[in-house]
Amino acid sequence: MFTPATEAILIPLIPFLLFGIIGLAGRRLPEIFSAFLGIGGILASLLFSLHLSVSYFSEPVQGAFVLKEFFSFPWLNFSENLKISIGLVADPISMLMVVVICSVSLMVQWFSLTYMKGEERFQMYYAFLSLFTGSMLGLVLSSNIFQMYIFWELVGVSSFLLIGFYFQKPSAVAASKKAFIVTRFADLGFLIGILLLSYETQTMEFKGILDYFKSGNFNPEVSGIWMSHSLAAWALVLIFVGAAGKSAMFPLHIWLPDAMEGPTPVSALIHAATMVVAGVFLVGRLFPVYSLFEGVMQLITWIGVLSSILAAIIAISQTDIKRVLAYSTLSQIGYMMFALGVAGKAGAEAGFTASFFHLFTHAFFKSLLFLAAGAIIHAVHSNEVENMGGLRKQMPIVHWLFLIGCLAISGVPPFSGFFSKEEILLNAWKSQPLVYGFALIGSGLTAFYMFRLFFLIFYNKSHSDVHGHESMGLNFPMLLLAIPAVFAGFVPFSSYVTSTGLPEETHLHLMFSIAPVGVGLLGIGLAYLFYFKQNSLPEQWASKLSGLYKLSSGKFYFDELWRAVYQVALIRALATPAAWIDKNLVDGGLRMGAEKTLRLGDRVKLIQNGKLQDYVLYFLMGILALILLTLLMIQS
Amino acid sequence: MNQELLTPLLILSAFLFFTGVYGFVTRRNMISMLMSAELMLNSANINFVAFNKFLYPGKLDGMFFTLFIITIAAAEAALAIAIIIHVYRQTKSIDVKDADQLI
Amino acid sequence: MESQTVVFYLISALTAFSALLAVTASQLFRSAIYLLFTLIGIAAIYFMLDQDFIAAVQIIVYVGGIVVLIIFSIFLTQDSGVEMRKSEWWRIAASGMAALSGFLLTALGLVEYNFVTQSDNLVTGGVKELGRALLSLNAGGYVLPFEMVGLLLLAAMIGCIVIAVKLKELPEGKENIQ
Repeated sequence: MFTPATEAILIPLIPFLLFGIIGLAGRRLPEIFSAFLGIGGILASLLFSLHLSVSYFSEPVQGAFVLKEFFSFPWLNFSENLKISIGLVADPISMLMVVVICSVSLMVQWFSLTYMKGEERFQMYYAFLSLFTGSMLGLVLSSNIFQMYIFWELVGVSSFLLIGFYFQKPSAVAASKKAFIVTRFADLGFLIGILLLSYETQTMEFKGILDYFKSGNFNPEVSGIWMSHSLAAWALVLIFVGAAGKSAMFPLHIWLPDAMEGPTPVSALIHAATMVVAGVFLVGRLFPVYSLFEGVMQLITWIGVLSSILAAIIAISQTDIKRVLAYSTLSQIGYMMFALGVAGKAGAEAGFTASFFHLFTHAFFKSLLFLAAGAIIHAVHSNEVENMGGLRKQMPIVHWLFLIGCLAISGVPPFSGFFSKEEILLNAWKSQPLVYGFALIGSGLTAFYMFRLFFLIFYNKSHSDVHGHESMGLNFPMLLLAIPAVFAGFVPFSSYVTSTGLPEETHLHLMFSIAPVGVGLLGIGLAYLFYFKQNSLPEQWASKLSGLYKLSSGKFYFDELWRAVYQVALIRALATPAAWIDKNLVDGGLRMGAEKTLRLGDRVKLIQNGKLQDYVLYFLMGILALILLTLLMIQS
Repeated sequence: MNQELLTPLLILSAFLFFTGVYGFVTRRNMISMLMSAELMLNSANINFVAFNKFLYPGKLDGMFFTLFIITIAAAEAALAIAIIIHVYRQTKSIDVKDADQLI
Repeated sequence: MESQTVVFYLISALTAFSALLAVTASQLFRSAIYLLFTLIGIAAIYFMLDQDFIAAVQIIVYVGGIVVLIIFSIFLTQDSGVEMRKSEWWRIAASGMAALSGFLLTALGLVEYNFVTQSDNLVTGGVKELGRALLSLNAGGYVLPFEMVGLLLLAAMIGCIVIAVKLKELPEGKENIQ
């Protein structure tokens, strides 16, 4: 019915239009109407994305799935070498992403119909959600890196708007500011990286960049070497800084836990399934380029490992449901990131597939977990674990759904998480056993803290004053998400998404899986011991490992570290002098100009004094002067 | 008539004119200003008559101009006097300084 | 030197001197009298130029009408013997300089320029011709300006009356229309 190019345009365009319509109509639209508009639009985009990706994947080019351009037309032509165009492309990972984004967004919007009922700014909420969805879709479909940057920033803006949705709360305002500033700061690196990279390759198009590095024209000596790394390597590092900011890798992760101030469905959409994986997506898009640079890949790997381990340690001691889930997200993205990092090594190229497979499954089970958390918070009216407990009887469906999510994230077969995690660990082992070791510890910790959360919410103690209640409006979207959380592992992912575009075979290595599954089960068991019934084991161990416990609950003091940097380096050294200059020199200069003009005006004003004789005198002198002037000019 | 007298005549009229200008700007009295204005008009008259006599003896235009200027100057002087009297009645002064309200 | 020239220079010296005194006299009445002499000198010059009619008109209208009018208004508005106030020094200086430089400029220009004069012994401008031309409708006739000046005089008269009339006192509650 529609050509692929039209569908590709419509997919991000529909949410953007809805943002405009719902946003402008605002309260004039009744709540239900705006919600249905939003849901209808995203449903349309979902159908288009499914159709588009099916048609994409059914037409391989010479057996491989390559970057297909839908259209691209020139937009800004600065010079011969610097041209920015607008266009949309498709490749395996972007097709994957559009389906994920549309489906999770649909579930979240459906969930929000019940969750946000009665909210005063209901319509604006849906408008912002549509804005976000549109921007994210535009990001993954962009044909050149600059356009992607534009959508990247748009996504950041929508995140800001949504995190700070409850703007009457000072904590929410602070959190949204923090998120925006930290990601903006990282985007500085991104922008410089873009400029350097496009300088090296003389183009901004992804197609062009990939071709440049593939063709073997790349010679590091030509464009310059600094500190024994070529210009292109530095560009890639800077781009990775941008990706790390958006994906909340250490040390730029500080904004993600605070971002939980936003409404829970927002956290499910943005901070679990879509925006935070934008960084992974970016690295994946440029993967053929990244894989040429050994050092950069090492950097990516170790930052990913660091993020996954540290986040897991912190998650153990958190008492706010959403915080635990946030750190868990951090940890899982760390997995995705280092899976990409190790994929550079020969023999471990499947790490690329593993990373995106994990992205796929994580999107479903993490958003399921977040929505379940939202249902619990909605019922209990609190985020803190200590206000919950024993909810199994009162919220049975949510209980089972949460269990499914926890099993998926812990890598228990046959849930989806098992398959994706196993792939990652396999490739980690193949490339660097040390990474594998850390990853293993990480998955044990993951199982532990997730089930700690599970038991603390649904078992542990029974409060008679806690009124949990369920609502079908909330449960249904979660049920729909639970299906892929269980079954997505069986999708033959590597037939479609690989680093080279050619389909590959993957097998299940049963012997290998023993270790990860065993560690996972160990974690579950420990959590059961500690938390199923109320006992003193947690406190005992907390005091035994008091140093580590303090580090964990203090979130490794990263916030304080950044505050020191911010205060000294930025505020005192840069911002205060700049503000002084602006106020006194720039403003002062303008004001002085205005004052002088006023004074001059006051003097000139006195010429008009109403005395006829003065006027005649001026007239006379003027005429004489003119005559003299004319005579002089004639004579010369 | 001696033809050489044209230039001195014109110089005389120029002198009268600038004397009138000087008086107009300098005097503080409205009636004095009027008198200076009359001086200026008269100098123009002399010019007209002189040019008519020396440069275009066959025509009458200069004389008519002079005639009309005299007539009009008379009307203007009458009006000016009327205004001065009116202002005098309001402010009891014919000093120019007291007539500098712009409204 | 011809007698005509001498006479001319005499008369013009008288006229110029009177004009100067007219603008610098400190008493108003004297200033008016000096103006009178200036105007008579100008009439004399007209006589010299064979323009009898114009000279007559000058004396009748200017001297006998305007100067008299001025003297009336002087009497109406202030004591004629009172000394007038002087202007500020800078105004005198500026205007004196301006007038002087203007005069010099004009005089220089006049001296340099060669006027091509035509002498004609025909005495034109007799009253008869003037009268004919004033009322003729042909080319060179001045009947239109004549009529217009008549209208102008009428308007001026009415204007003067309107401006200078003193209205009677009306009963209380109403204001005089000024």
